[in-house]
Amino acid sequence: MAVTVATREDVIQVGEVPVTVVRGGEGPPLVVFHDELGYPGWMTWNNELASRYELIIPQQPAYGKTPKVDWIRSYRDLGGFYARLMREQGWAGAPVIGFSAGAFAAAEIAAGCPSMFSKMVLVGPLGLRPTEGEIFDFLAVTIRTHVAATVSNVEAPEYGQMYGGEMTPIQFELFEDARAETARIGWEPFMFNDSLPHLLGGVGDLPTLLVRGSDDLIAPQGCITAYEAAVPNTTSVSIAGAGHRPEIEDLAAFLSAVNAFLGA
Amino acid sequence: MHVAYFTERPYRWVPEDVVIRNKAFFAVPNTYFDHVRGADDYNYYLDEYVYAEELGFDGVALNEHHGNPFCMGNVMNVEASILARITNRVKIILIGNPLPVIKHPLRMAEELATIDLISRGRLVTGWVRGAGSEQFFNNANPAYNREMFEEAHDFIIQAWTRPGPWRYEGKHFHYRHVNPWALPYQKPHPPMIIPGVLSPETVKWSAEHSYPYIGLGTSLGPTADLWDYYADTAAEMGYQAGPENFGYLIPTFVADTDEKAQELGKGFIYGGGQTVFSAPQYTLPPGYNSKDAIRRLSKQPGGSWLGVNRNKLMQAAIDDDAPIDYEQIRARAEGQLRKSQRNYLTLLGSPDTIIDKVKTMLTVLRPGTFVFFGPQGPVPNEDRLRNLELLAKYVMPEIKAYAEEIGLRSPFETPPGDLKLRTGEARGAVVDRSAVPTMEG
Repeated sequence: MAVTVATREDVIQVGEVPVTVVRGGEGPPLVVFHDELGYPGWMTWNNELASRYELIIPQQPAYGKTPKVDWIRSYRDLGGFYARLMREQGWAGAPVIGFSAGAFAAAEIAAGCPSMFSKMVLVGPLGLRPTEGEIFDFLAVTIRTHVAATVSNVEAPEYGQMYGGEMTPIQFELFEDARAETARIGWEPFMFNDSLPHLLGGVGDLPTLLVRGSDDLIAPQGCITAYEAAVPNTTSVSIAGAGHRPEIEDLAAFLSAVNAFLGA
Repeated sequence: MHVAYFTERPYRWVPEDVVIRNKAFFAVPNTYFDHVRGADDYNYYLDEYVYAEELGFDGVALNEHHGNPFCMGNVMNVEASILARITNRVKIILIGNPLPVIKHPLRMAEELATIDLISRGRLVTGWVRGAGSEQFFNNANPAYNREMFEEAHDFIIQAWTRPGPWRYEGKHFHYRHVNPWALPYQKPHPPMIIPGVLSPETVKWSAEHSYPYIGLGTSLGPTADLWDYYADTAAEMGYQAGPENFGYLIPTFVADTDEKAQELGKGFIYGGGQTVFSAPQYTLPPGYNSKDAIRRLSKQPGGSWLGVNRNKLMQAAIDDDAPIDYEQIRARAEGQLRKSQRNYLTLLGSPDTIIDKVKTMLTVLRPGTFVFFGPQGPVPNEDRLRNLELLAKYVMPEIKAYAEEIGLRSPFETPPGDLKLRTGEARGAVVDRSAVPTMEG
């Protein structure tokens, strides 16, 4: 593992909202949108990519230190908010990695303004009605079941760091906050937007990498198929044996796919 | 004092083992529903309420749940409409309509006004947020539950009182043309009552609106604490809370003998009873509780709210294949039933056995409305009717006389909020903690 990169937290004002942004690494900006459970901390995959990029990870409103924004009532609203942040900070045109619901937000941004990203990596992406299967209703299970469903390879070294051990009251509260916000903006229809595929058809040749663990219980393969059908220029990678967290479950395969795509 | 009768109108034909295996009533497959038995029960329960009126009860209370054989009142306003026509005297008390779940306050205003008109002013309408499981059943966003509750309530009051037509553009509801032609019989609108299980936010909201709050089988000590909280809020609003502001509902089964009451009273723990109304993941959906409530829950892993605590929320999925010891579960539930009787949470016995217990409750909580929650489980019709008869003939006269003696006035005798406090004037006591009996931990 490379030397741990120093990170810092900036607070960036977007309109009336102070957004906490985690930053680390050197190089051109690479924007990362975390998933519906929140920013899990700086992991090995962050470290590896930080040798070539400055990773910019905004904490979604209502997550961590960023306050809830009442007018954000959908992932399209969230995408619009993130887009404003990117424009005002001069990050437009950067590549993006979005995880799960973060991929949903990234897709909404691309649908509205394809030039906002140079490349788009969507990992276990939600946001489109699956062509087959259903997005797992993780709001209808307990926190423990939800968290357990996100990972298939529980032997992954960072699984314990992320979710292992006894959940502290603070962790419990953060998870509940995260799930509450996901319910607020993604309840119905559950974690997809039926107008999104029609708009994604207009993103032109925006290079898009779709990554999914073969054993992902949250986002069925039908989510990938839906993105393949909607976005004109996609490449898909399936990571064998991984669940919804391929970036920690099979670090090498994840980095290989992402580096090949971003470096290409 | 106003004495009412309430029943969940349970579907009595689901095998108990099915509920136990499901670990909850909510989500028991509806393949167990038999339409002929269902038809019989719906008609029987309406007749039972009519009988309660004939016996002299002051009110009949209805509620609503969804996707759940625990309570077949799925569309309570339909039953209330029928009762409006087939009863003559009793108040029809709704405890209550789950506003965020129904998501159509204009329609709600029309339905309730219709009930009030048909009954010629006997409707007492209550509002609830809806249990957690109702959010799933009705796909109501739990994160907007309280906002939608408050907005729907405010809208309905306007729809009943503001001359139309007018336009409404709220946050969660939008109407181009508000001009309902069914307006309530009672002016300015039917009285309200707010049922709850001690959510401080709801208690405060009720006090701010001078609405009576009715505790649904809650423990005497914590209920007294929340009554005080209500009274403190009322004092801030400038009025003295009294019995007219409080109601109490208690699961009760009375039979000719204590032995029979104990045996049939086990219906309250059929399948596990109210504590297994729904599984933890359905009881507290994400966003349903306030941030403060979640914080309290996170710091009290063993504490419980609606039978749910942090430890339960931390459980993994139910293992459907795990062996179940049905007899052990029943034995544990019977132990809990005995304990709940010792702790004044359930009343089972002959009239003589329960009268003193009710008097103790009245002394401690001083409610102006008292509701007997009728039997659960597969109790035969004749025993249900006998329960009503014994309550009406032997229990009700005793407790009404006692209520009169200690000055428990109902909200229909003393309008809640009418007793004003002068600025700086200290409020009076609303409970009597000295009468709280020793409870079993």
